[in-house]
Amino acid sequence: MASKLGRYSHLRALSSAISINNHIRSPHFSNPNRAPLSFSYRLFSNAFSSSSTGGFQRASSLKDLELAKFASIAETWWDFEGPFKPLHVMNPTRLAFIRSTLCRHFDKDPNRARPFEGIKIVDVGCGGGILSEPLARMGATVTGVDAVEKNIKIARIHADLDPVTSTIEYYCTTAEKLVEEDRKFDAVIALEVIEHVANPAEFCKSLAALTVPDGATIISTINRSMRSYATAIVAAEYLLHWLPKGTHEWSSFLTPEELVLILQRANITVREMAGFVYSPLTGRWSLSDDIRVNFIVFGTKNCQ
Amino acid sequence: MQLTMFCTRVIARKLYVNVSRLKVRHKHFCTDAATRVSGSNCGQPSPEHKETHDLSNNIQHYDIAIVGGGMVGMALACSLASMPLTKHLNVAIIDSNPALGSRPYFNKEDPPDPRVSTVTPATISFFKDVGAWQYIEQHRHAYFDKMQVWDYTGLGYTRYNAQDINKEVLGCVVENKVLHGSLLSCIENTDFQKTIYPSKLSSMTLPPSPSSLGMDSTSSRPPLSSQRHLAKLELSDGNSLYTKLVVGADGGKSRVRELAGFKTTGWNYSQNAIICTVEHTVENGCAWQRFLPAGPIALLPMGDNFSNIVWTMNPKESTNRKLMNEDEFVKDVNNALDYGYGPHPTSSLFGSGEMFSWPRAGVTLSANDCFEVPPKVVKLASERMVFPLSLRHASDYVSKHVVLIGDAAHTVHPLAGQGVNMGFGDAFALSRVIAEGIAVGSDIGEVTVLKKYEAERKPANIMMMGILDGFQKAYSVDFGPLNILRAAALHGAHFISPLKRSIISYASGEQKLPLFT
Repeated sequence: MASKLGRYSHLRALSSAISINNHIRSPHFSNPNRAPLSFSYRLFSNAFSSSSTGGFQRASSLKDLELAKFASIAETWWDFEGPFKPLHVMNPTRLAFIRSTLCRHFDKDPNRARPFEGIKIVDVGCGGGILSEPLARMGATVTGVDAVEKNIKIARIHADLDPVTSTIEYYCTTAEKLVEEDRKFDAVIALEVIEHVANPAEFCKSLAALTVPDGATIISTINRSMRSYATAIVAAEYLLHWLPKGTHEWSSFLTPEELVLILQRANITVREMAGFVYSPLTGRWSLSDDIRVNFIVFGTKNCQ
Repeated sequence: MQLTMFCTRVIARKLYVNVSRLKVRHKHFCTDAATRVSGSNCGQPSPEHKETHDLSNNIQHYDIAIVGGGMVGMALACSLASMPLTKHLNVAIIDSNPALGSRPYFNKEDPPDPRVSTVTPATISFFKDVGAWQYIEQHRHAYFDKMQVWDYTGLGYTRYNAQDINKEVLGCVVENKVLHGSLLSCIENTDFQKTIYPSKLSSMTLPPSPSSLGMDSTSSRPPLSSQRHLAKLELSDGNSLYTKLVVGADGGKSRVRELAGFKTTGWNYSQNAIICTVEHTVENGCAWQRFLPAGPIALLPMGDNFSNIVWTMNPKESTNRKLMNEDEFVKDVNNALDYGYGPHPTSSLFGSGEMFSWPRAGVTLSANDCFEVPPKVVKLASERMVFPLSLRHASDYVSKHVVLIGDAAHTVHPLAGQGVNMGFGDAFALSRVIAEGIAVGSDIGEVTVLKKYEAERKPANIMMMGILDGFQKAYSVDFGPLNILRAAALHGAHFISPLKRSIISYASGEQKLPLFT
């Protein structure tokens, strides 16, 4: 346990050591082929600003250094028994909902092994790629975006281990920036993101702008209720230590009614809603009608 | 600052080469994961890193490698082939048995093989689901709907009838080679991608677990290879293969279990079992089991007037009985089934003392419930085989990339004919868990997916093993009061209908728990 905690603090130390710079993202975007070189060159010059003679050799060496460092840390995100265990345990349940709603919406056979062939999905707030990888295995063309640089690095390293998931594209950016790039996707998925966003209404408008007409939008979050305060804040953060303290702000949770309303204002009609329920006896999550704590919403973009 | 720059340069030189190689491999995998990449990669060869040469050796990649192509291993393959979610999987089967490659798998005219299994109705329905049962019905097999169990003390007996649970059969006795061949035929009729490797597993390399990866010096770590998430199997004929999941279906002395480091508990029974096929003059439609002082003798119908004998006894007697001439052996068998070692239990309603009449008050005995003597054996129809008996259980069934099914996970006493049925239960449960994992895009080698299989099968298997071991121990002691207690239990099982129905249901695999359902 001590070693796991040690590695976690290493993650935090790393994020402070390597500064995330907005400046870097746009060249990466506009020139994807040349990006790795220029990207790492800039990062190098930011971290070791005194050197002006950093050539190709040293630029790629820092990238390698980062790769080497992130390689072992990446496993912590992907350590199923590690600090991210609650997310891993919840993942199959979220995927079951996504699979059933998207297969029904796009008229795909859910009994095939890769039902999402030909569907373009964006995973907003992908983190280490915990959702993106299963979606890719189900055949989708997945783009993962996250505002935190280190998560993208971790996600990239892990996705490259398996040829099936190495086709996922990861970008360190935000939904708004993607809208500026005029990207469109068949399905936009933002799970456990909207409660961390400053302006949920604007965020939903961005998600809607990323969705093609009659495309799918799936959002999951935590309800703002007494029960969720007791479970998601008090129990999860303070008692069971599933999440670091301060992960969630109860006041920024949305009730299902509010979420439906802001989605409606963003031209997305909510079609299905379900709740996640955790059973301490079996240690498993399941889908249910109980939306008092965790809930997930499936909506479609209105055709204009 | 200078020091960091220097360190960066040193590491840079080592890693730069590494990354260029990594990029090349990445490209190859991105374009076409299935083609084998031969030839060396571009990029300067580094003297400090030993290249794994994976791509240049044409090592095949599989989704699942089933080590052991016996009945349980093939049941898993057959089940995967029959489900739409899993039938696209690329599977390797590793077994040095030449029968796997030859067709036809067995000859109809062969004399009955003494190695048989009693399949329960639950197993029969699994086989029907995957479409393999139709092949069994084309060969020798014997359904039975009656069972009689008694012991040498003559104090009690019990008869089970399929009608008690409103079913037609209690089970079916089939030769192992027929079961195996049917599963093989079933797979052949699908377009399931399977590759049979006719050799033995010699070594297995599992990817390192996340906790074992440290920040040690980068020069000693292997390059970031794409094979880091796969298990590598090396076979005795020199072939190697990569796979996401290794299934250990290689029997009681499992090599997979040994290589993966699973601990086992268990003990050897000081008993051997003799098995052989015998012939009668009449058809045998009932399964008989008599508990003798040294161990039970079972007579199972095989069809065509043949029956299979499974006789458990201590090792010295087993060597004697194997070597004695056939007529002597047949006489011994008839003796054991008839008047040897003790009297017949009486079947009249008011016989054998007041002690046992109270549960029977108000119960009428039908003709089916009377004690019968098993049909006489007239001839020995096969060779006699001897097997030592033991109980063995693996403490875990799964670890990352490895899972055990069948006898590799658990070995039991044959006294209730449950061993291979537990194995089939494992195989079908595992294939279902794999299908559920694929449905939500999981990595099938991941422990969280596999643990669902363990959570389903381990408690059920342990309970069954406990019960069987309990029976074995209860019947291995010849002690007056214990004999009476046993007989009372047997009586209870015979006359208390709900209990009898529970027992039959549990033994047929219809019920999860022996009681309270």
